[in-house]
Amino acid sequence: MNGRNGNILEVRDLRTYFQTEDGTVKAVDGVDFELKRGETLGIVGESGSGKSVTNLSIIRLIPDPPGKIVSGEIIFDGQDILLLKTEEVRKIRGKRIAMIFQDPMTSLNPFMRISRQLMELTELHLGYTRDQAYEHAIKMLETVGIPDARSRVDSYPHEFSGGMRQRVMIAMALSCEPELLIADEPTTALDVTIQAQILELIKSLKQETGTSVILITHDLGVVAGMTDHIIVMYAGKVFEQARTRELFATPGNPYTKGLLRSVPDPTSEQGALYQIPGLPPDVAHLPPGCPFAERCERAEDICRREFPPFVALTPDHHSLCHFAEEVYSTSKREREARAGARSQEQVLDLE
Amino acid sequence: MFGFILRRLIVTIPMVIIVVSLTWGLIRLAPGNFYTGEKKIPPAIEKNLREKYGLDKPWYVQYGKMVWNIVRLDFGTSLKYEGQSVNSILARTLPVSATLGFLAYLLALFVGVTAGTIAALKQNSRLDYSSMALAMLGISLPNFVLGPILVLIFSLTLYWLPPTRWGGFPSLNLILPVITLSAVYMAYIARLTRSGMLEVLRADYIRTARAKGLSEKAVVLRHALRGGLMPVVSYTGPALAFLIAGTVVVERIFVYPGLGTYFLNACLNRDEPLIIGIVAFISISVLIFNLLVDIAYGFIDPRIRY
Repeated sequence: MNGRNGNILEVRDLRTYFQTEDGTVKAVDGVDFELKRGETLGIVGESGSGKSVTNLSIIRLIPDPPGKIVSGEIIFDGQDILLLKTEEVRKIRGKRIAMIFQDPMTSLNPFMRISRQLMELTELHLGYTRDQAYEHAIKMLETVGIPDARSRVDSYPHEFSGGMRQRVMIAMALSCEPELLIADEPTTALDVTIQAQILELIKSLKQETGTSVILITHDLGVVAGMTDHIIVMYAGKVFEQARTRELFATPGNPYTKGLLRSVPDPTSEQGALYQIPGLPPDVAHLPPGCPFAERCERAEDICRREFPPFVALTPDHHSLCHFAEEVYSTSKREREARAGARSQEQVLDLE
Repeated sequence: MFGFILRRLIVTIPMVIIVVSLTWGLIRLAPGNFYTGEKKIPPAIEKNLREKYGLDKPWYVQYGKMVWNIVRLDFGTSLKYEGQSVNSILARTLPVSATLGFLAYLLALFVGVTAGTIAALKQNSRLDYSSMALAMLGISLPNFVLGPILVLIFSLTLYWLPPTRWGGFPSLNLILPVITLSAVYMAYIARLTRSGMLEVLRADYIRTARAKGLSEKAVVLRHALRGGLMPVVSYTGPALAFLIAGTVVVERIFVYPGLGTYFLNACLNRDEPLIIGIVAFISISVLIFNLLVDIAYGFIDPRIRY
């Protein structure tokens, strides 16, 4: 395998702006991250934080106009996608980088048979004949667990349920055995029971094929069990970046802490749910300081005045905050306190 | 499906009868008669005429006879073109009007869909604005203005094309009337296609198609066009009705021996059987065309089932 230092994807200082009547919307503003071959990266953030735009930028699917990738590098397997010609990007789309979208109800063409929509890919990228592509479509549907695939392959999308359609989307995405799979909120539009099935399916297919995965979600519960690394995005910027376990155990950013506190905990005694006060900022008119300052519990004057630095807490753990070190050490203390409480409970249990 | 078609065909019958009854009522409400002219007719002759054409009978007998004629699809004899049955006039004039109308609609579809699709793909470009401005002009310019202008330019100034008269199919005589008749539909279809395509091109499934790595051509032709043309398909039914109204004017301008010319003459002559015959024929064909459009829907959109 080529590619520098085992990275399948490196995104450097990506900036994607949208020109609107309201001014320039900096949907993605200086995002950096990398993804190692075979690993899974989670991108977490509220609506409008720029996570979807980041990933549409990777395969250059930003509608232009009004959107435009202003600067940056997207190095996929050693080559910068932003420098390629459109035809060359097309050869990567669907073949080497595949996407699963949020809403399976609208992401399949309602006028076209499932078989046709699947066959299209292998005919285009792998040069399959009609018959080969048809058999491959059936095989893919079987792989994603659609019962009786042979008799259902010629159905139209509306004859499938939401969960089944998302399985079809996954089958489609994996048809050409892509090296990178981008799943943009793949379970948001589905029932909770189906969500777990779909995540389990992505996980097991990933293990079988060794595909690298980017999983975009606003649901921290989803990324927890699925990813190796997590990026937390806010207002088009990366706020925190860490290994999954580290991020959950010792978050180094007030925003991440807020997100983690917002996850309902059924064992908690208190009835009320925590929520981060306020709303995400208008990315067309950002204040000079930290975009989260208005909603932050820890914010001081400097936060409203100066843009925060991207602090390296450990080589693997970065946080965009004036008080990153302080928040990080608080998190560490809290974790120790929790661990202490737990061992004490165990002692009490023994007695 | 079969039940649906049958139900719709049965509904056609009362609809036609209502349309024809209104037409009949309107003819009767207007003062005068087909035999009234500049000369005063002696009362004895008038009495004879009224007896001959059954006008002395009570109105419900006359109305009943008219309805019975329609049910038999035999509309009687023309009062003006003596010795010619309405059916034979229809048989002679329909091919002329149908050729004109059909060609006009084909041209409108071809130009309209192409212009609309290009405008949608290049939204807000100069090409988009100019083709939509042209479409607006096409909608606003009535065909009785456009026809003479075209004749003036292409026949009387440039001497490229014959100005009038039916020359059979195919012939150069068709070009100007077909363009005149289709202008409005072209413009309408272009606008319908543009808005339909714009909506579809924003759909999630088009993004999916692009993410598959398909070429822009495949995305548009294979994935977008079908959904984008749904508004055009539903316009086809009413378009036929307008097309017939349009032929009345266009045939008059270009002196075509078509349905429209005869319809106009029938109205001026108070030729009741001919008026009723043409109205009944047109309403039946409009209703059947609408039915065909609804059936076509089922084939185009797999989600629609009857």
